[in-house]
Amino acid sequence: MIPASFDYVAPATLDEALAALQRHGDGAKIIAGGQSLLPILRMRLNAPEILVDLGKVSELRGVFDDGPGLVIGAMTRYDELLSDPLAGAHAKLLVDAVATVADPQIRHRGTVGGALAHADPAGDVGAPALALDAQFVVVGPRGQRVVDGADFFVDHFTTAVGDDEILAAIRIPKHTGWGTRYEKFVRVVHQWSIVGVAAAVRVEGDTIAEAKIGLTNMGSTPVRARSAEQALAGVPIEEGAVAAAVASVAEGTNPPSDLQGDADYRRHLAQVLTRRAVLAAAGA
Amino acid sequence: MSVQTEPRASREIGNARKRKEDRRLITGRTRWTDNLVLPGMLHLAMVRSPFAHAKILSVDVEQAKAAPGVVQVITGADVADVQGALPCAWPITADQKAPDHPAIAVDRVAFSGEVVAVVVAASAAQARDAAELVDVDYEQLPAALDLKKARADEALAHPDLGTNTSAVWQFDSAQAGTGGDVDELIAAARVDGVVVEREFRNQRLIPSFMEPRSTVVDPTGEQFVMWSSTQVPHILRLMLATTLGVSESKVRVIAPDVGGGFGGKLQVTPEEVITFLAARRTGRPCKYTETRSESLLAAHHGRDQWQKLTLAADKDGTVRALKVDITADMGAYLGLVTAGTPILGAFMYNSIYTFDAYQFTCTNVFTNKTWTDAYRGAGRPEATFAIERMMDELAVELGREPMELRQQNWIRHEQFPFTSVCGLEYDSGNYEAATARAMELFDYDGLRREQTERRERGDSVQLGIGISTFTEMCGIAPSRMLGELNYGAGGWEHADVRMLATGKVEVVTGSSAHGQGHETAWSQLVADKLGVAFEDVEVLHGDTQIAPKGLDTYGSRSLVVGGQAVVRAADKVIEKAKPIAAHLLEAAADDLEFTDGRFAVRGAGEGGKSVSMGEVALATFAAHDLPEGIEPSLDSAATFDPVNFSFPHGTHLCAVEVDTETGQVSMRRYVCVDDVGTIVNPLIVEGQIHGGLAQGIAQALWEEAVFDDQGTLVSGSFVDYTLPTAADTISFVTDNTVTPATTNDIGAKGVGEAGCIASTPAVVNSVIDAVRHLGVNDIQMPCTPQRVWTAIRTAGRTTADPTTPESTSHFDPDQPNQDPPGPGDHTGVDDQKGTGA
Repeated sequence: MIPASFDYVAPATLDEALAALQRHGDGAKIIAGGQSLLPILRMRLNAPEILVDLGKVSELRGVFDDGPGLVIGAMTRYDELLSDPLAGAHAKLLVDAVATVADPQIRHRGTVGGALAHADPAGDVGAPALALDAQFVVVGPRGQRVVDGADFFVDHFTTAVGDDEILAAIRIPKHTGWGTRYEKFVRVVHQWSIVGVAAAVRVEGDTIAEAKIGLTNMGSTPVRARSAEQALAGVPIEEGAVAAAVASVAEGTNPPSDLQGDADYRRHLAQVLTRRAVLAAAGA
Repeated sequence: MSVQTEPRASREIGNARKRKEDRRLITGRTRWTDNLVLPGMLHLAMVRSPFAHAKILSVDVEQAKAAPGVVQVITGADVADVQGALPCAWPITADQKAPDHPAIAVDRVAFSGEVVAVVVAASAAQARDAAELVDVDYEQLPAALDLKKARADEALAHPDLGTNTSAVWQFDSAQAGTGGDVDELIAAARVDGVVVEREFRNQRLIPSFMEPRSTVVDPTGEQFVMWSSTQVPHILRLMLATTLGVSESKVRVIAPDVGGGFGGKLQVTPEEVITFLAARRTGRPCKYTETRSESLLAAHHGRDQWQKLTLAADKDGTVRALKVDITADMGAYLGLVTAGTPILGAFMYNSIYTFDAYQFTCTNVFTNKTWTDAYRGAGRPEATFAIERMMDELAVELGREPMELRQQNWIRHEQFPFTSVCGLEYDSGNYEAATARAMELFDYDGLRREQTERRERGDSVQLGIGISTFTEMCGIAPSRMLGELNYGAGGWEHADVRMLATGKVEVVTGSSAHGQGHETAWSQLVADKLGVAFEDVEVLHGDTQIAPKGLDTYGSRSLVVGGQAVVRAADKVIEKAKPIAAHLLEAAADDLEFTDGRFAVRGAGEGGKSVSMGEVALATFAAHDLPEGIEPSLDSAATFDPVNFSFPHGTHLCAVEVDTETGQVSMRRYVCVDDVGTIVNPLIVEGQIHGGLAQGIAQALWEEAVFDDQGTLVSGSFVDYTLPTAADTISFVTDNTVTPATTNDIGAKGVGEAGCIASTPAVVNSVIDAVRHLGVNDIQMPCTPQRVWTAIRTAGRTTADPTTPESTSHFDPDQPNQDPPGPGDHTGVDDQKGTGA
């Protein structure tokens, strides 16, 4: 369908982009890769007055080493991340998850920051970002602030980013040498995740020393599975022990019921997929 | 005159040529309907009902009329007197009930998505913007949504009809004199045989062709010219004339390159009629191109049946009687062949098996949903699914190997031609040969061994093997038989073969292709027949002014009916060329033979004089020296009416792995050996099979049109209507056996629908086979992970898990063929065994 008409501006710098947001208030909408926004506009589910396109803001793009962590620019495209050696070495869980997003065409256009700011709980970027303790760098008229993962995702399609702010980057502590696995459960490959489990595991000998787990589409936001993480610490890399440790991974989650599966089924899937993800990440 | 001695390279028939149309189609260097831009052209946007059933109290168009670029806003009331009613070409019974089917609803809407107003504007964007401003005031009415409740008339889809039942149609072999009495044989089997009773849900699907529907109408010439993305330009022209009261000779319909149809464009659509009306009212060319959302919502849907079957057999497994009771969802209206679509399956439930008695009853029921109509296979996939599921159930009941049980009951190759219990004559086939080849390619025994091992090990991933030995009736159809079924037209097809002065050939066909590769296949037929180069044949189609006669493309009819017309026309060209060739060679016509494109005196040997078809064509064009009384033309026409259907068959074998922890089904191996008769182009045949398999497997595993309790289509985009891509399927192993059809000169049987008809039950049988030992006897399509998981989890339990209504049986174990427990029911776990003595 044809979207309702809108104005369009493509600033060259972050400051110009912030100024454009200031000027147009809540009638403005940021467009990053457009892979989620354009279908929304075309179906006329939203009709902003003006699109502020961040595509030309080059300072928002790229993966950088800042010592203890990586800084991933919000406008870094999926396919750029997939081929980035820093990301592959230090944030492999994110790379694993992004590799499952949609199809090559969409991965060529879609951006890491766009997906996070869109905050679809069925999207594949939020759960690994949460699991890896990502911090969200948000800039606005009052300067820059850093938001923790627990505070960034607020609700369906809602984040801590204000109307006059822009998600500029995420900062991820290096998880060098961690085993990783993103278990994505779908019926057809180009689908949104029915459930996804992002697991990063640090192994010491035959034991899981530390585990970090994020869940996709198990609530109104991506979910960090803290209790399962704690239960896994010190557990031997063995199916029964891991299964027991993650048995309650879905407790307290509030997954949706829809055509792809009801909430109980999703809770069951989360448990099975977490076990598999953790075992695979641990190299079992 | 030089004599060409070089022999022609190869016979064209059987040559796996790449398709000559593909370069333009694949690169997009062609003209689809939506590419057309005419001077002064206006654009349409539809205002559609959000409600499944409602009275239209008022339609306020004032704001929309005042919007930028808007030329007209048309409501149902504006055109009530001139829009006529959309045609139903197949009233299946004399007392069939049906509502009027307006292009634009006038005072009531009967499904969500029905058009209530149309905006005509200078640009498509302006039309869309203004459509948002049309204010329609509705009063909602109770909607008939659930098919079984609709059949019970709980709410009426069309209150004026007084019932939701449109028609009840029955075939009974005893009454027809083609077989015994079903009830007698079933009663007998209850005493000393075995009776299997099952009910299946054949879910609603959406055809999902690649090119959304699009129509352009130009009213500025002497004729109205309609370009439309349609499978049926000839039928469309006729129906526009009869519906709108325009002289048939004043309407020209062009189907340019059309991007797929699968039956979904075998229709005369409201949108086509509306575009025509808008062009006539404004006097300017008008275009309408639907969005994908509109296509999913309002282009006709397919399938949607409840199927109750009772199969009676002897204890030794010999099948005796089959009784079929179908409830078919028409949706809100009867489209072109809506009513007849389930009836196309009526003669196919008995399939390849030798039943003594057969009865088929179909109740056509209206609901307040998008109307249904033909979708690839149309009636026959439903039949094949049901009988192949039943044969597996019978095998389980008797503890028999499912392939061996089929073998015991199918028509043996030496029995052809075989008259079925429905009275159809199957002309040729060899089920043994196709099955033997398929079993070999599949490694059936090896996979069975692996299945046993996995079961014994208690693997969390179980292996299942599914069989579908199918046949179909296609090549639709002998006009006389269509007449007996009360279908509104015949089943002939027309072709012209024109010899140009340069020896090139133009073939005009009434079979209007929409992706099948007719240009290539027809060229191969004619190149072989006339001995001209493949490249020298041009195939023209899809424009009623270029190809004025035709009945279009559906029902796997193009090659077996349309191709045969081409062959006959080419034969006539040779006959007309013969006396002219004889004159040129100074020989007697009776002494000539025509081989590899040349006329020569029979027995004259290699040095003898000869003349090529091209030379005869040039001499005919010049007409300087023709025999007395011979007209200066080789051009010939043929209209072919088939004497019978054709009956492709095949054996499809599917192996799947079922993850019992998640219910996820992964395809492991798929082998099919199809007998589609003589093959003109193996590459095209393989392509048709592959595409058909993908669609048939999609019904088994992925696709379903789902409405909510308000009658809103929930699976209204490809996010939720899970259409598979190549990434979701595996590499298929395909092969063919060939028993030529005896009812056309080519020997072809048709291949357009085979893969889609055969594959669905092979997949579902394999899924159930994987988990049968866990106590699962049925899983409703599509076999989603949740349905499979729920079936496993609840199998064998005496009561259904209270937290999951899906887990309950879809009919009462104590009473066969009972209604499902409720609208939330998704998964049937049938702990009912056959009721054998």
